[in-house]
Amino acid sequence: MQKRIAQRYSAERRFRLFGLAAVSLSIAFLAFLLISMAWKGLGGFTQTEAKLIIDFPRSNLFLEQATLRGPQAQEAVASAGLEGVLEQAATAQFGEGAGELFGAASARALGNQLVADPEILTRKAELWLPVSSKADVAAKGDGDPAIEQLVAKADTKRTFNSGFLTASDATDPSVVGVWGALKGSFLTILVTMALAFPIGVLAALYLEEFATRNRWTDMIEVSINNLAAVPSIIFGLLGLAVFLNFMHLPRSAPLVGGLTLALMTMPVIVIAGRNAIKSVPPSIRDAALGVGASKMQVVFHHVLPLALPGILTGTIIGMARALGETAPLLMIGMRAFIASPPQGISEPASVLPVQIFLWSDEVDRGFVEKTSAAIIVLLVFMLIMNGLAIYLRNKFERRW
Amino acid sequence: MTLSYALVLVLAVAAVAGLFARKRAAGLRDGGGRLNSLPNYHALYVAIWAALPALLFLAVWTPVQGGLVDQAVLSSPAGQQLPAFDLARDTILTEAKEIAAGDREAGFNPESSTLAPIYASASGRYAAIGGAIAIVIALLGAFLAMRRINVDFRARSGVERWLMGLLLGASLIAILTTLGIVLSLLFESLRFFNMVSPGEFLFGTTWSPQTAIRADQAGSSGAFGSIPLFWGTAFIGAIIAMIVAIPLGLMCAIFLTQYAPHKLRAWLKPMLEILAGVPTVVYGYFAALTVAPIVRDFGIAIGVSSASSESALAAGLVMGIMIIPFVSSMADDSIAAVPQAMRDGSLALGATKSETIKKVLLPAALPGVVGGVLLAVSRAIGETMIVVMAAGLAANMTINPFESVTTVTTQIVQLLTGDQEFDSAKTLAAFALGLALFIITLILNLIALSVVRKYREAYE
Repeated sequence: MQKRIAQRYSAERRFRLFGLAAVSLSIAFLAFLLISMAWKGLGGFTQTEAKLIIDFPRSNLFLEQATLRGPQAQEAVASAGLEGVLEQAATAQFGEGAGELFGAASARALGNQLVADPEILTRKAELWLPVSSKADVAAKGDGDPAIEQLVAKADTKRTFNSGFLTASDATDPSVVGVWGALKGSFLTILVTMALAFPIGVLAALYLEEFATRNRWTDMIEVSINNLAAVPSIIFGLLGLAVFLNFMHLPRSAPLVGGLTLALMTMPVIVIAGRNAIKSVPPSIRDAALGVGASKMQVVFHHVLPLALPGILTGTIIGMARALGETAPLLMIGMRAFIASPPQGISEPASVLPVQIFLWSDEVDRGFVEKTSAAIIVLLVFMLIMNGLAIYLRNKFERRW
Repeated sequence: MTLSYALVLVLAVAAVAGLFARKRAAGLRDGGGRLNSLPNYHALYVAIWAALPALLFLAVWTPVQGGLVDQAVLSSPAGQQLPAFDLARDTILTEAKEIAAGDREAGFNPESSTLAPIYASASGRYAAIGGAIAIVIALLGAFLAMRRINVDFRARSGVERWLMGLLLGASLIAILTTLGIVLSLLFESLRFFNMVSPGEFLFGTTWSPQTAIRADQAGSSGAFGSIPLFWGTAFIGAIIAMIVAIPLGLMCAIFLTQYAPHKLRAWLKPMLEILAGVPTVVYGYFAALTVAPIVRDFGIAIGVSSASSESALAAGLVMGIMIIPFVSSMADDSIAAVPQAMRDGSLALGATKSETIKKVLLPAALPGVVGGVLLAVSRAIGETMIVVMAAGLAANMTINPFESVTTVTTQIVQLLTGDQEFDSAKTLAAFALGLALFIITLILNLIALSVVRKYREAYE
């Protein structure tokens, strides 16, 4: 008897341990995912800079100080052939083949320094310039041994790569940035929000407060529940067939992306909204009706404001999902190479998750850490949105 | 361009009319009348009647105007000389339109430059006509509505009727979306099935959608047998991912609801929710970059020589991790719905907690758990980014998890993101695959929902 009880108790402990192990394993996966992303990605926010001596008076650079002070300075710098000057100076300083140390990012930084201080042109200057992507990878200990030797010769330091947050997509990983994609994401989410939130809230109000149970109401309910579970890629096919092929809206524009994501997010908002509206106690409605308010006034003056925090929580969670969505946007052509941030909702744009997907396909080693860095940016945004939703829920949730 | 001016004007007319109506109603009240509705309702009523009919007209007019302008341009002398061939004519017309709108300087076809001024004048003319009609409608609406302002007029119920229409319209969008999905998928799939027989699509075992450019190339015809795709989808989403997600998710739910102290649960649950909130593209990158090499090396280490770096196992594993919180929360709900009396009864008989869970709670919650698992499967087979990034493109029928398989969603992305020619069987095949995916997930969802509902009723 005692033995059996001991057996049963140890079975109990084992079972409990299994449960704990399952939870720890899941959390460990999450930690592994986040740590591996952070490990690879944090390097993407820094860049290696090397000290380079450029003898401007003796280089074959045709730039006038006057032009650099004029309004056309940026264009003049861009067409001045700074890469050649860099290669010449690097070869003079570090020996044959050292041109590989500097690339597009170095030329961009040199141009900016020249515009900021045209005086440099008159002397032999010592400048800190970001190195090329290959050299950057080598300096972080993961590249070609030949370039690693070159990097070892140079005087280097690590700095924060501010260009990563302000630049857009490019072919050279040393000058890429997430700003263009971030702006595209922002515009897309704005369109989604502007459409899905009002429609979702109004539909939830209708279904909870006004709809009589009949065949139409049942159909609406069934379609909303099904739409919430339809795979996101199907919405992409819908967007492709209806918005692009039928309505001829511009390809890969935030407008079309936002429309598609709005259709996808709306059912989520309706379901969250209905739950929030359901939790408003009937006594509020009865009291308002009792003092002579019409049904509409009851709903819009009393029920909706009380349900709003709950609706907002659901909306933010839906928006966070839309922000991370990739597949439907691939379907409507949002995978083009777009090197400048979009100026409006009908211009071609990229969004952050698609940018991550595109960079993950690149062969260049320099893109690996850029991809992970972009993922960190995306995760930070998701965390902010989800945190906001949790905060709203805790602050405004009322138990009646 | 002029139409957007018309839009602004219509809104301005509505706003001004609303302000007038408000003043008039307020005047009636100040004159000693007892208004049925507040002045604001009168204002809204008039503004709605001024704006909505005119806006509706504009919405209808915009596409009509496009057609009218095209006709005007084609019937002009320069337009009649255009080639009759549709594609060439359409390019020229598009270019002319862009030149007229100022988007570009000159087209590739010289004809477009001569057509551009005709376009500009025709569209300007029709826009002016449409805009004028819209403004007249707005003024007329405002005037008629204004005449009804009276002490006894029930402006509030008039406004509320419009509001009701708006609410109903918003909820009908869900039906429209469903209808849009079904129709667009069905329509394009029918075009696909005109080229490829449904039998071949459903029961064929070779998938190679590449249609060759020359007829004599090898494998030129393209094969559209979808069995390997559905096998790959089921293998990754319904088998490997579920082997990971069901035990872990279920045990997580049991531990969190039955064993974890309150404080620990308050920490662990949001952590699991974060797992569900990570974007799928991040999981995909994680699977391709971190998990896939580990899985391949492990496969080679245990002697599987065919281990691929785009293995079914890597994609399935990561997908399983993604699904854990989903399974866990579904199981959580169903366990919580088991009546307390059953639990208490079992404990009172002397059963330990784990015996109660295994012999009472789980059997009672089983239908709910099964429903949750079906929903999880439906989500897993519709998941796209993980398999696109980690699962590969080779349509293999294999049960070796270290080999590469492809899935329905991967192929849809693959077929639609290459060169786009809209009539080829290759692009249309994506819609047929989409239709199949839609039907499968729909059936899974319907079964799951009915199972869950029936089970809930049993305990209420």
